[in-house]
Amino acid sequence: MTVAVEPYLRARRAEGRKLLVPYVTGGLGKHWLEVVRAVVDAGADAVEIGIPFSDPVMDGVTIQEASQRAIALDATPRSILNEAATLDVGVPLLVMTYYNLVLHAGLERFAAELAVAGIAGAIIPDLPLDELAPWAAAADDSGVETVLLAAPTTTPERLLALCERSRGFVYGVSLMGVTGERTSLASQAGEMGSRLKAATDKPALLGVGISTPQQAAEASQHADGVVIGSALVRRLLQGGGPGEAADFIGSVRTALDES
Amino acid sequence: MSVPVRGGPVHLDPPGPEPTGLGRFADFGGRFVPETLVPALEELEAQFRTAWSSDEFRDEYAELLGSYAGRPTPVTECHRLSERLGLRVLLKREDLTHTGSHKINNVLGQAMLTRRMGKTRLIAETGAGQHGVATATAAALFGLDCLVFMGAVDVERQALNVWRMQLLGAEVVSVTSGSATLKDAINDAMREWVASVNTTHYCIGSVMGPHPFPWMVREFQRVVGDEAREQSRAILEGADPQMVVACVGGGSNAMGTFAGFIDTEAELVGVEAAGLGLESGKHGAAIARGVPGVVHGMRSLFLQDEDGQIIEAHSISAGLDYPGIGPEHAALSASGRARYESATDDEALAGFTLLAETEGIVPALEPAHAIGWVAREAGHSIPAGTTVLITLSGRGDKDAAQVAERLTGERLQ
Ligand SMILES: Cc1ncc(COP(=O)(O)O)c(C=O)c1O
Repeated sequence: MTVAVEPYLRARRAEGRKLLVPYVTGGLGKHWLEVVRAVVDAGADAVEIGIPFSDPVMDGVTIQEASQRAIALDATPRSILNEAATLDVGVPLLVMTYYNLVLHAGLERFAAELAVAGIAGAIIPDLPLDELAPWAAAADDSGVETVLLAAPTTTPERLLALCERSRGFVYGVSLMGVTGERTSLASQAGEMGSRLKAATDKPALLGVGISTPQQAAEASQHADGVVIGSALVRRLLQGGGPGEAADFIGSVRTALDES
Repeated sequence: MSVPVRGGPVHLDPPGPEPTGLGRFADFGGRFVPETLVPALEELEAQFRTAWSSDEFRDEYAELLGSYAGRPTPVTECHRLSERLGLRVLLKREDLTHTGSHKINNVLGQAMLTRRMGKTRLIAETGAGQHGVATATAAALFGLDCLVFMGAVDVERQALNVWRMQLLGAEVVSVTSGSATLKDAINDAMREWVASVNTTHYCIGSVMGPHPFPWMVREFQRVVGDEAREQSRAILEGADPQMVVACVGGGSNAMGTFAGFIDTEAELVGVEAAGLGLESGKHGAAIARGVPGVVHGMRSLFLQDEDGQIIEAHSISAGLDYPGIGPEHAALSASGRARYESATDDEALAGFTLLAETEGIVPALEPAHAIGWVAREAGHSIPAGTTVLITLSGRGDKDAAQVAERLTGERLQ
C-alpha cells in the first residue's frame, strides 16, 4: 500500500521525532529488498530507492560504484520498480534517479509506473525548479510527490519558490559537493537547515555527506531530520547485508532519538 | 570585412542569435543541473550577455585572438587535393592557431569571463587533450589555477598533451570511472564544479552542457565561420562555397563554422565518428544513432540503451569519442538546415594520410574524419566540381604516435 510522504513525515515530526531517511541503491545484490525492510525495522521513516544511472553527476564514488554494480547485475528501472512493488513496509517509499531515465521511459508512463509500484515520491537531482514543469505535471497527475533540493548557493528568493513547489519534504544539500562520506559535518549544514526551517513548514531534511550517527544528531539540531546515503551503501558494497544495514541505521536512529 | 594583418586585433562580426527561453534551440538545450550550480549558471549567463555586447570586452578579446592566438587563420586552397578528388577544396586553417586547434578561441573568451567574475580557478574536461592544453594555456596567461579531467584511456593515447598541460602548470586528473573517456571526464568535472563553484569556473570545451554554454561557446567560435566566409568569397570571386564541412564531437568547430554560413546558400555538413561502422555499435554518431535525452546538463541526442543508460562511444580520435552532441546541432539536424554524415576510423586514417601527402598538412584525427568523408563522397554524393570548404580544426602532432603505431604496427620510440 502506498504511504504518502508529506502527511506521514508531518505526523512523525509532530510526535517530536527526528526523521531518518536512508538511501538504498535498487538492484544492488539479491538482498536489496531485505535491506529496505531491515532499515525500516531499524527505524527509518521513509526510504529512498536509487534507480541507478550510468552517469550520476550528483554522486560521489560510493554511489557511482553501487550504480555500476547494480547495472552490471541487470538492474533496470523496470526490474527495480517491479521488485519494489512487492515491498509493503508501512513507511513512504521514494525513488531517487536522474532525469534521463524518467524522460526515456516517458514522463506520464514513469509517473504512472511509480504509482502502480507503490512509490509515493521522486527525487531527481538534475532536474532543477526551472526545468521542472513537464515532469511536475505528470507527477501531480499520478499523485507522485516530487521532492526538490535546495543548496547552500540557493538564493533567498529561489529558496522560497523551491520550498513552495517541493512536495513530500524539502531536501537541503548540507555541503558544497556531491554525495559521499565526510569526516565531519560540513560547516554549511547548520545554516542550510536554519534557512529551510525559516522558509517552510514542510518537513525539512538535510542530506549529502552525513556519514555517522554523531553527524546525523548534529545535523538534526538544525532540521527535521536527515538522509543517509553513501555511509549505508558503502557497507553494502563491502559485503554487508540486511543485518549490517539494520545495525548501522539503528545506531543512527538511537543517536537521533537521544539528541 | 577586410581581414587584418596577422597579430593585430581581429575583426569580429556582430553577435549571433541567442537561444530562446531557457537556452532552447527548438526542442533541445536547457539547463538540467543540480541546484548547487544554478546560481553560477545564472551569473555566467548574465555576465556573458553583458560582456558580449560591450565594446571593451570585445576589443580585448579581438586583441587577444590576434596577438596571442595568431588569428586570423588563413583559408588555404588545396590544389593537389582538389585535383585528386575532382572538387575545389578550401581548408580553414585552425591548425595554425596557438596551441594548434580551434579550442583556443573559446578558452580565451571564457578565461576573460572568469577574471571578470572574480574567480581564480579553471577546471576543464578534455578528450584529445586539445581543450585541456588550451585551458592550461589560458590559465597560465591569466594567472589562474587549472585542473583538467581526462579519461584514463585518453591519458594513454594522448600522452604528449598530458605532458604539455603539466608543463603549463595544470594538474591532470586521470579519470577511471565509467568508460574512462570524455563523457566520464565531463562527469567528474561537473562533480568537482558542484564542490567548488564559488571560486571556480568550469570551462566547457564544446557547444554542450547547460545553458549558457552551447550559446556562449558557439559565439566564441563563430570567428572561425565569419572569417572563413569572407576569405572564401575572396578566393571564389564573391561566391560562397557550395558545401561547408566540419567534424563533430561536441560540435564546437562545426558550430563556429556553420554560424558564419547559416545565412548563405551553402550546404552544411557535420561529420560524426562512425568508429568501426555504424552497424557495429562502436561509434560516436549521436545524430545518426542517438535518441533524445538529458545528460551533462542539456537536452540533446545521446547514444543510449533501451532503458536510457548512456552507451560508451568509440572513435579512433579521442576528441570525437563522445556519445552526445551539442543541442544546436540536434536542432539543425531536425530542421534540416544542416545534415550529419559520418566517417569510420579507417576513413579518417585515409583522410589523415591523404592530406599529408597531397598538401603537406598533417591534420588532427578529428578533422581527418571530415577530410575522409569528403574523399569518400567526392564524385558520388558530392558532384564533381563542387566547391567545398572544410574546417581543419587542429593539427596532427598529437596523433602522430598513435597513427604511426596503427599504420606500421610498431610503437615509436
Ligand atoms: C582538433 C579537434 N577537432 C575537433 C574536436 C572535437 O570537438 P568539437 O566538436 O567541439 O569541435 C576536438 C576535440 O578535442 C579537437 O581537438
